[in-house]
Amino acid sequence: MKQLSTKVTSNGHGQDSSYFLGWEEYEKNPYDEIKNPNGMIQMGLAENQLCFDLIESWLAKNPDAASLKRNGQSIFRELALFQDYHGMPEFKKAMAEFMEEIRGNRVTFDPKKIVLAAGSTSANETLMFCLAEPGDAFLLPTPYYPGFDRDLKWRTGAEIVPIHCSSSNGFQITEAALQQAYQQANKLDLKVKGVLVTNPSNPLGTALTRRELNLLVDFITSKNIHLISDEIYSGTMFGFEQFISVMDVLKDKKLENTEVSKRVHVVYSLSKDLGLPGFRVGAIYSNDEMIVSAATKMSSFGLVSSQTQYLLSALLSDKKFTSQYLEENQKRLKSRQKRLVSGLESAGITCLRSNAGLFCWVDMRHLLDTNTFEAELDLWKKIVYNVKLNISPGSSCHCTEPGWFRVCFANMSEDTLDLALKRLKTFVESTDCGRMISRSSHERLKSLRKKTVSNWVFRVSWSDRVPDER
Amino acid sequence: MGLPLMINNDDNNNNKVELSRVAVSDTHGEDSPYFAGWKAYDENPYDESHNPSGVIQMGLAENQVSFDLLESYLEKKNPEGSLWESKGSRGFRENALFQDYHGLKNFRQAMASFMEKIRGGKARFDPDRIVLTAGATAANELLTFILANPNDALLVPTPYYPGFDRDLRWRTGVRIVPIHCDSSNHFQITPEALEAAYKTARDANIRVRGVLITNPSNPLGATVQKKVLEDLLDFCVRKNIHLVSDEIYSGSVFHASEFTSVAEIVENIDDVSVKERVHIVYSLSKDLGLPGFRVGTIYSYNDNVVRTARRMSSFTLVSSQTQHMLASMLSDEEFTEKYIRINRERLRRRYETIVEGLKKEGIECLKGNAGLFCWMNLGFLLNTNMKEGELELWDVILKELKLNISPGSSCHCSEFGWFRVCFANMGEKTLKIALKRIHEFMDRRRKVLNC
Repeated sequence: MKQLSTKVTSNGHGQDSSYFLGWEEYEKNPYDEIKNPNGMIQMGLAENQLCFDLIESWLAKNPDAASLKRNGQSIFRELALFQDYHGMPEFKKAMAEFMEEIRGNRVTFDPKKIVLAAGSTSANETLMFCLAEPGDAFLLPTPYYPGFDRDLKWRTGAEIVPIHCSSSNGFQITEAALQQAYQQANKLDLKVKGVLVTNPSNPLGTALTRRELNLLVDFITSKNIHLISDEIYSGTMFGFEQFISVMDVLKDKKLENTEVSKRVHVVYSLSKDLGLPGFRVGAIYSNDEMIVSAATKMSSFGLVSSQTQYLLSALLSDKKFTSQYLEENQKRLKSRQKRLVSGLESAGITCLRSNAGLFCWVDMRHLLDTNTFEAELDLWKKIVYNVKLNISPGSSCHCTEPGWFRVCFANMSEDTLDLALKRLKTFVESTDCGRMISRSSHERLKSLRKKTVSNWVFRVSWSDRVPDER
Repeated sequence: MGLPLMINNDDNNNNKVELSRVAVSDTHGEDSPYFAGWKAYDENPYDESHNPSGVIQMGLAENQVSFDLLESYLEKKNPEGSLWESKGSRGFRENALFQDYHGLKNFRQAMASFMEKIRGGKARFDPDRIVLTAGATAANELLTFILANPNDALLVPTPYYPGFDRDLRWRTGVRIVPIHCDSSNHFQITPEALEAAYKTARDANIRVRGVLITNPSNPLGATVQKKVLEDLLDFCVRKNIHLVSDEIYSGSVFHASEFTSVAEIVENIDDVSVKERVHIVYSLSKDLGLPGFRVGTIYSYNDNVVRTARRMSSFTLVSSQTQHMLASMLSDEEFTEKYIRINRERLRRRYETIVEGLKKEGIECLKGNAGLFCWMNLGFLLNTNMKEGELELWDVILKELKLNISPGSSCHCSEFGWFRVCFANMGEKTLKIALKRIHEFMDRRRKVLNC
């Protein structure tokens, strides 16, 4: 039998976990309003389906963009041949301006510092190849997007060391947690190359505070390492606060054009804000010329289809469209989130207060039999099989506390969301009466948990997600 | 002062945090003359009206001879332009959301059917074994990640496509050990050359994981003979290694009967342990002339490879917009049959034009039967029979004749004086102008020699 590489035989792709069950169950029995009203409702998929009508009406008014024409003339040939890894200049310009608009035009993005990639999945991996050797580590705050275990580690050989965050302060990053993670990496003989954060956070649905961002910039400055800020959800910020990007912080700290700014990199994509994951549009933004140069060459392995670049450069260059879209997107996300939050509340379930994203971070600790991950998995299985809702258990996101779940709200209709909430409420009401958690056993379990959790969370190969989901 | 100054490279002393070895290495290969020629072209591109004495690009293996067929097809099927009308109003959103790494089913089916058509039905392709990637560049790298570990080697016959140095080695850390081929037998792979390459690797303590061939060959522009393929497969079985066949130019063979795909050979084999080591790479960049759309594929007879490749393709998916646009075109049997036939014919005529034009000047080419280029022998013009001599001549051709062609050394050819000359990325008129410049150059040379 021929041998294959260790990449095949390892579990680095992350698809062997029990979590996969939920996905499979959904595929076997997907909810359909008419054809399968008792089927499973997919709430584990962070898609944005709320604003397609806006894009569709733009397409109807601008038919050239999707039909490979410019001013009524076919540019098929030009697009068919365009494979320059520098990307289409008009497209990069439009991306840069869109990114600026999302940040209230407070910071500027130079199109020449943008490197295109086939989705942020590709962008994140490419950055890893540029910044880390096999065996080097990046620090990531938990809970984090399960796909990172594959994207950052699988083919690159890099390691992830978690920065533990807890519900005691709303899962915010603390200085102590950062230092502890750094020391943990040293103990394991791993060279730390940087920190990677997702801002706004997946799965928390919260934007990083200015305090946290300052802390991060100070930390990477003192340790002389990189900071990657994956801002894929930057356009989904719907809270009263405005989105603060790491680029804002560099500007406010007067660090633009300094050596530190060369170590700060932003990742972006159109998969969440615009709801176009199928089109595979991601980007790396870096102030370091060498990284831009290396990443540009690497993008040969994942270029964006010229047809797609052309369509989206037309869409994003239409400023009337982009400002209307961003505003409407925020409104609809906010209203959807409210609907989910109040529906959960009426079932006695609270969430982490969120101001961004396509999901809520839901607190179901009170529904656990015991304060353990085993109990979390049990609860999750009940929700999948009995309630027929596919939601994401916190353990799959490396959360250090059992009982948290990520629940998506933007990938379905309002009616479907209401139905999901109704089912959940019924389930909770049926289990509430049967539950007695003894105080003392709760405390005992809490202390046991602390010991098992750090080992568990660090078992970095084990994981948890179906690839295309975020 | 006795001691030399010590330059301290310790990164604790300078503030610059290091990038990875991969990022700073030059394995991307872009410092070679192959790319320098492109630069000269970019700075002074030929244009029939605006710049008739500019550099003619003959170093780019693009297929521009059959666009009219594609354009008219797409115009007919989508006259109003909206690509998603056929699926009704939900067409756009469904397509925009589709990021399943299995790929659109109808697109995979279309690719399978297109690949079968190219092989005249002599091999069948199961759509479920097709893994989509953003171009063959991605497919080759992905396969290398799957089949080999860092420091392992793939054996690749020379001369080969310069891009392989990057695609197979850069991020994967895998090595290429060349299988030396020469003109004594038209650069065909011999069993002796295979054994020699294998031994070279083993002697250096390098583990060989497979052989990677391009069939039809780039830069030779010739198909690999059936007997050679069979010997290759035997070799791979004996050594227990993989066989990767990059068949990106399969639809550009001038006479369909002259192409044997490794798929045909495997078709008649029942032994799974033999089939499981065979993998085919394909792309629409050459046969259809669509490099911008980034459509590549891996076809493997090995379930494990298919499964893993599919998961890895997350890093390099094909835009769903593109899959959707091309799906109906590639499954339109009437269209694909016509396209393949006409494309072959036009390429054949172009090839004959250039080869005959060169022959008139006393320049011989390798007898080719496929591809978008010819393999031209200018050995007799070299001042010295070395790499330097070849590069000197290349420079003259670039600066004096203003033709950008690819020197054989950039393709790791072991003989000097061979050049790859592309003929399908320009109009017929431009090709004739290029031939005229060669004629004038050879004329001047004859006059000088006769003095």
